[in-house]
Amino acid sequence: MGGGLYSINKKEYDKEIDPTRIKPYGDTLNDGEVQISFTLPIEDGEKALYAAIALAKKMGIQDPSVVHHQSLDKEFTFFIIYGELIHTIDLTVIKVESLGVKPMSMDEINQFIKEHFGRKLVVLGATTGTDAHTVGIDAIMNMKGFAGHYGLERYEMIEIYNLGSQVSNEEFVKKAIGLDADVLLVSQTVTQKDIHVKNLTNLVDLLEAEGIREKIILICGGPRITNELAKELGYDAGFGPGTYAEIVASFFINELENRKFT
Amino acid sequence: MGVKNKLNLNFKLVDDARKIAKKIVIDIQKFIDQHTTTSIERTICRLLGINGTDEFGVPLPNVVVDHVIKKGQINKGVALYLGNAILHTNLSPQDIAERVYQGQLNLAELSWEELPEIKKALLSIISKNLEIIKRNKQTREDLIKKYGEKNEPLIYLIVATGNIFEDIVQAKAAARQGADVIAVIRSTGQSLLDYVPYGSTTEGFGGTFATQENFRLMRTALDEVSEEQGRYIRLTNYCSGLCMPEIAAMGALERLDMMLNDALYGILFRDINMQRTIIDQHFSRMINAYAGVIINTGEDNYLTTDDAYEAADTVLASQFINEQFAKLAGLSEEQMGLGHAFEMNPELENGFLYELAQAQMAREIFPKAPLKYMPPTKFMTGNIFKGHVQDALFNMVTILTNQRIHLLGMLTEAIHTPFMSDRALSIENARYIFNNMKDLGNEIQFKENGILQRRAEEVLKQATDLLKNIEREGLFKTIEKGIFAGIKRPIDGGKGLEGVIIKDKDYLNPFLETMSRDLNIESLGGDK
Repeated sequence: MGGGLYSINKKEYDKEIDPTRIKPYGDTLNDGEVQISFTLPIEDGEKALYAAIALAKKMGIQDPSVVHHQSLDKEFTFFIIYGELIHTIDLTVIKVESLGVKPMSMDEINQFIKEHFGRKLVVLGATTGTDAHTVGIDAIMNMKGFAGHYGLERYEMIEIYNLGSQVSNEEFVKKAIGLDADVLLVSQTVTQKDIHVKNLTNLVDLLEAEGIREKIILICGGPRITNELAKELGYDAGFGPGTYAEIVASFFINELENRKFT
Repeated sequence: MGVKNKLNLNFKLVDDARKIAKKIVIDIQKFIDQHTTTSIERTICRLLGINGTDEFGVPLPNVVVDHVIKKGQINKGVALYLGNAILHTNLSPQDIAERVYQGQLNLAELSWEELPEIKKALLSIISKNLEIIKRNKQTREDLIKKYGEKNEPLIYLIVATGNIFEDIVQAKAAARQGADVIAVIRSTGQSLLDYVPYGSTTEGFGGTFATQENFRLMRTALDEVSEEQGRYIRLTNYCSGLCMPEIAAMGALERLDMMLNDALYGILFRDINMQRTIIDQHFSRMINAYAGVIINTGEDNYLTTDDAYEAADTVLASQFINEQFAKLAGLSEEQMGLGHAFEMNPELENGFLYELAQAQMAREIFPKAPLKYMPPTKFMTGNIFKGHVQDALFNMVTILTNQRIHLLGMLTEAIHTPFMSDRALSIENARYIFNNMKDLGNEIQFKENGILQRRAEEVLKQATDLLKNIEREGLFKTIEKGIFAGIKRPIDGGKGLEGVIIKDKDYLNPFLETMSRDLNIESLGGDK
């Protein structure tokens, strides 16, 4: 077992951040300290401990220390491990597809829609597929919104249809056509075995098959959604946790505006 | 732990609220009594012993009921046709069902025998099958007596792998870690199926199909782990959706111990037609009453869409209504797992106090009910460390106010269906708090006219006012207006309306008669 609290081995740590070699931070620059936890399907004991340490080393953890292990059932053991990550990241080569939109307030958004579109925008939202959680879509769409940020329902220039949860992609597309929606919001909250990815891709396929993909702004959101993932799946944008209605609205009004000229 | 009056509640107001709730419910019960549904008719088939499927996988109860809809008059009740067919063929209901599906028997072509004869033909089958349910109830009581009943809150845990055999592995592990109640989450969308799938299943979405065989497999597994652990591990499923009474019947036959059973939940959150599900609810609750099953009501769900602080009165009002519906279905207070939840915004100043007031109020107003308390979900985030603390506060309210059915919060609630380790950490959290703070609730009193007492008084008043409004408008109208959970549902909207049937004057549901008698359900008089 290495390092730890009582180590008196002097280590040479950097004094300045090197953007080409970023490492996790525990309490000292570039100490590389990380915590990980996982369960192995093996009986707790010395052999399990060695297995966990070996696994941590394979992950790039130097001197992993198993600070906790406990038997969850006869043949399952839970581990908490701390250790020093050997990997570094070169920050200078990382490119982020940022949305590039400055969030506006509700009033500014209403004003923008009046001026640029001269009609109410139709926004259709749902938690699609098998997901039964409406927390995300409700936070963006319902009158009350979330944490003091009003939902789209309160925007006078936005007409919303919140279809709730477990809406099939087919039904969703049918509604989108029927309502001549400008924007589609898809929420995926709790998912199992990455089923949300399949479900999100399927929606894009359906929209393309109906020939309306280009006509609408397609947005997805949820705790496991990033803008990068969304783009990769063929969405115009993806929003993660902590997103409020005005951020989503600011994005889609700008996007709709940009499309007017293309 | 006795219930002490800590909140100095105005019990005169509580009595008023109860009386109003009773009026609201009686108004609806009159409507219920005039109707049956396709799912109730299928339940009667099941209770008469019809099981299995045709070659296309259509359950035989559906085959028989669809046959009567097509060829006969379903408003007379499927039991009348089956009883009549027994007199003609001397076959069992199962054999009759098989002949119907093979096209060898048309139930509508048989000449009608006398009603008393038909009833007599059904009688022995009815008592034989109800005997199975009574025996299950007795077995449960015997096992609980043998292992001893736990006085502390029951730790309720969910498994949801989609595969019943994997569920069994997880459920056994959870029981060994300390779970007292295992709920097998249903495959998403099952509530909208107008039939119950058959046999054991290994594929589901976000959950596992509720089938009678899956019930049996899990019950057997939990009986094994009960024996091993020396604790009776209860099994729960979801008696909601379009097959509400059928699931109740299956649960009664396979000794499930609890059932989520709330029409309002289906109306609001699954868009099931209100007439359909409120009629279904009554028969399903009677079956649950008969089987000694504890029902769980779904008030907690209102708070996932509405604000938990502002909508606290809707929870209490709904609990009053659910209590009265339950009574009319023959459920004892000890079987009423009235629901509520710890869902206030964690940023709310004194939020813990309001949660405590709400939980204590439910405890004092429904002293015998095994209250079902749901963990924070709405404000859980990817910050699992904070989530673990939110769950800790929730655990404290439970032990301080003696909630009975404690659905364990998971630190990863907002991320995924729980890992085995998530579950273990959550159980550890709850057991630590339940043990460490065991008698604190008995040691503390609430300050007179303090924040907690004033909050409870306010919510009780608001709930009573809300009940008055509902009485004036009627429950259906209230739901149309979106009073509960802020969701509006039209009386003729939603799924399943086509399955609502006005009873003919000759309508027969022999189970309703027998069970009403055995459960001492007071008759409302009037139509039936």
